[in-house]
Amino acid sequence: MSYQLENSQRGEKYNTIFSKVTPAQRRNRNARSRWRARLLLGLYLVLMILPIYWLINMSLQTNSEILGSMTLWPQNLTFDNYIGIFTNPSWYMGYVNSMLYVAMNMLITICVALPAAYAFSRYTFIGDKHLFFWLLTNLMAPPAVFLLPYFQLYYSVGLFDTHIAVALAHCLFNIPLAIWILEGFMSSVPKEIDETAYIDGYSFPKFFIKIFIPMIRSGIGVTLFFLFMFSWVELLLARTLTATSAQPIGMIMTRTSTASGIDWGTLAAAGVLTIIPGILVVYFVRNHIAKGFALGRT
Amino acid sequence: MAEITLKGLAHAYTKTPTGAADYAIRHMDHVWHQGGAYALLGPSGCGKSTLLNIISGLLEPSDGDVLFDGHRVNELPPEERNIAQVFQFPVIYDTMTVFDNLAFPLRNMNTPEYRVKPKVLEVADILELTPLLWRKAKNLTADEKQKVSMGRGLVRDDVTAILFDEPLTVIDPQLKWKLRRKLKEIHERFNITMIYVTHDQLEASTFADKIAVMYEGQVVQFGTPRELFERPAHTFVGYFIGSPGMNFMAVEYRAEQVMFGAQPLPVTEQLKRDVAGATSTNIKLGIRPEFITISTSSMADSVPIQIVSVQDLGTYSLLTFKLNEQTFKARLPEGHPPVSEQAYAHFEHAKVALYIDEYLVEIGHE
Amino acid sequence: MNNKVPNNRAWLLVLPMLVLVAFSAVIPLMTVVNYSVQDVLGPNARFFTGTEWFQSILNNSALQAAFLRQISFSLIILAIQIPLGIGIALIMPKRGWQASAVLILITLPLLIPWNVVGSIWQIFTRGDIGLMGWSLRELGINYNITRNAGDAWATIILMDVWHWTPLVAMLCYSGLRSIPEAYYQAARIDRASKWAVFRYIQLPKLTNVLVIAVLLRFMHSFMIYAEPFVLTGGGPGSSTTFLSQSLATMAIGQQDLGPSAAFSLIYFLVILLVSWVFYTTIMNMQKDKPPHGGA
Repeated sequence: MSYQLENSQRGEKYNTIFSKVTPAQRRNRNARSRWRARLLLGLYLVLMILPIYWLINMSLQTNSEILGSMTLWPQNLTFDNYIGIFTNPSWYMGYVNSMLYVAMNMLITICVALPAAYAFSRYTFIGDKHLFFWLLTNLMAPPAVFLLPYFQLYYSVGLFDTHIAVALAHCLFNIPLAIWILEGFMSSVPKEIDETAYIDGYSFPKFFIKIFIPMIRSGIGVTLFFLFMFSWVELLLARTLTATSAQPIGMIMTRTSTASGIDWGTLAAAGVLTIIPGILVVYFVRNHIAKGFALGRT
Repeated sequence: MAEITLKGLAHAYTKTPTGAADYAIRHMDHVWHQGGAYALLGPSGCGKSTLLNIISGLLEPSDGDVLFDGHRVNELPPEERNIAQVFQFPVIYDTMTVFDNLAFPLRNMNTPEYRVKPKVLEVADILELTPLLWRKAKNLTADEKQKVSMGRGLVRDDVTAILFDEPLTVIDPQLKWKLRRKLKEIHERFNITMIYVTHDQLEASTFADKIAVMYEGQVVQFGTPRELFERPAHTFVGYFIGSPGMNFMAVEYRAEQVMFGAQPLPVTEQLKRDVAGATSTNIKLGIRPEFITISTSSMADSVPIQIVSVQDLGTYSLLTFKLNEQTFKARLPEGHPPVSEQAYAHFEHAKVALYIDEYLVEIGHE
Repeated sequence: MNNKVPNNRAWLLVLPMLVLVAFSAVIPLMTVVNYSVQDVLGPNARFFTGTEWFQSILNNSALQAAFLRQISFSLIILAIQIPLGIGIALIMPKRGWQASAVLILITLPLLIPWNVVGSIWQIFTRGDIGLMGWSLRELGINYNITRNAGDAWATIILMDVWHWTPLVAMLCYSGLRSIPEAYYQAARIDRASKWAVFRYIQLPKLTNVLVIAVLLRFMHSFMIYAEPFVLTGGGPGSSTTFLSQSLATMAIGQQDLGPSAAFSLIYFLVILLVSWVFYTTIMNMQKDKPPHGGA
């Protein structure tokens, strides 16, 4: 090398302020606090999983074992409860019904929410603020308030006991939620993108589908996650608007309780099966979820 | 107070580095003297920010030592070193007022309030922040925020070095020079070592007494702005410093001539001997655009060239020409006679530098 | 990004949404308003009653008690879930496979149908077959949610904390993730303690998501229905009967159309009012305070 190394001169005593702490002590302290955090998190996770584990545990036992003695894990592992559900159409149709109306709701909601959220994030128009506020108030409406009017409304238009009825009813809270989340994501996309695309000769629909939607992919993913979540877990409206042909799984589960007692094993197995779609959905959006929960507003 | 020495320093972000490419910093020895104003200059990704974080203690180097006044501080976290750091994007505590922001480091050290106040007022005065002291820091402009984050380093009496990581990135151009002058003023007043990371050579040379140029994880030259310009120690320095950068020609010794492709170059006998004696095949000659003379007729020691374009830049013109299918730049002084397409170039002998394996070799040493 | 363009044609983009939401919100709400001021005795026999139903609802002591229970419930779960959620978010791993694994595990309770949540806890807390109920009994604690109102309350709160703390934790986690690394580095150089980092860096950056978290949690807890209905059925007695259950009983069970419609409207307005007051208070608090001293 061409440049000369300069001699390192031994300077005066290095004046540390906190020299009482040696590096080893500090490393210990950091390690300790890290382990404490992990321990606490582990404890929380275990406590959180415990009720779910208990459900799984019971679903793999026969009723006589459940009622007979306290066992922390199945002694005689059995899949009869699950087999019973999968071979009985009146049981598994409950899942099909639930998934059908959830899928319909997600499709309808995202289709109308995307353009509306775009309008709110890009334009001002007469009454926009009031409209947005009114939308949000729908999130605050207790479903119990709408039980009776919904029943009468859907009965009178002949939609009672159909999947579409539940899907439309869930739009009450899902559309405002979707617009709220999507608007946050869309506002974080610079407006210049739109303008450049229009200058490049894109029409609005072409720009929206080809350029804009791919840009807010993760926002859409997270929105779909929330839509699934709130439609899948809701039972009050779904139960009220259906009787037999579109009955959700949550309602069919009440059938396990009969005059001769409760069929605990089947109840537990059905419960476990309702958790699985959620796990799948969460797995697909796991990489967006951390960002998306802030709803584009941090 | 604090002389910062880097000894055999190397850093890799992976745990088991397999080759040189895995190292953000390759074997490095360097000394920053107390009270100096230094710049660390290099393109993005050359390891300058990594080096800065190692000095401040945010990163622990994977190899080698960091010494403060001869004491090894590798494991000391930043809070126990006497340094402050200003980041690329201003970091301020949103919910606090400017006053509380400046007082924050002092209060963290349990300084009594009666000593906090005069110190904060003094620093605010120097940085011209006094009228803003009671405003919420959140509502300041970018340059004011950056001054606040600088101020947090200045309030501490124990700070002996301030590290700047491209601090003017988000500042409006017209305010940049003002802030840079402020920095210079503070340096003269406080006798603090300042290390200023930037990729802008103008910023580096207006701020620093000495500049370290980094390239691929190494300091390739450490010198005054003038030295960097006149005697680039590495082809990268020649290329990176100056506008435009140095012209390079890959040459070989053939038929008792220094050949640039098919073109024999008129050079001094000494240089010819050095090229002939080189063991490596990676031999380059460098010449700054400032030291190329252009004329329309052939003269002694000149080579025929093809003019591509002439660009008038006010105080000088920038000439682009081709020699042996390679593009060269030359600076013509104002009022230079116009040149035709066919012309001749003369390289000032004393300014032609020889690089073997990319490093400068003093001509006529052996 | 605040330079929105005035364009009334944007209504066209909003229109499909508006039709759907109007169908699911406006028409039913009109029905409710209609019922709330009438007495419906038969298909052709209705009488205008004015504010009579509203008065009777406001004076109904059972509903007043349910309202107080509801308020206490919401306040208690907010007081537990918000700090707990922040705490969990702070200790969640930030990168690597552990981060994904913890994320998936933590969101799990949010994706379980609400009545199944009730079932899970009903099973879990039973003295004969539930792990928790059985364990408490073995420890000699007299725990029975069908007899003891205190036990029922504690269990419902525990269940809600189990069910919804993940939402708060996730909101805070994504808020924390958006803080640039430089803030933590600067704080270390400024010698800030862990508490100071939390107080002056993390908490201020969490304000936005915490407002969302408090609003969502307040709203949902105020509407809670399925979980306590399955777990305790509102009992023992009416000790865990919350507003939604009272309303459902009145509207579906007893078919008291007029009073339940009046009840619905009051219920809705209370939620709106509380949310609005909370939101405006927070927004006013965030504004810059007028400078004192200096210029």
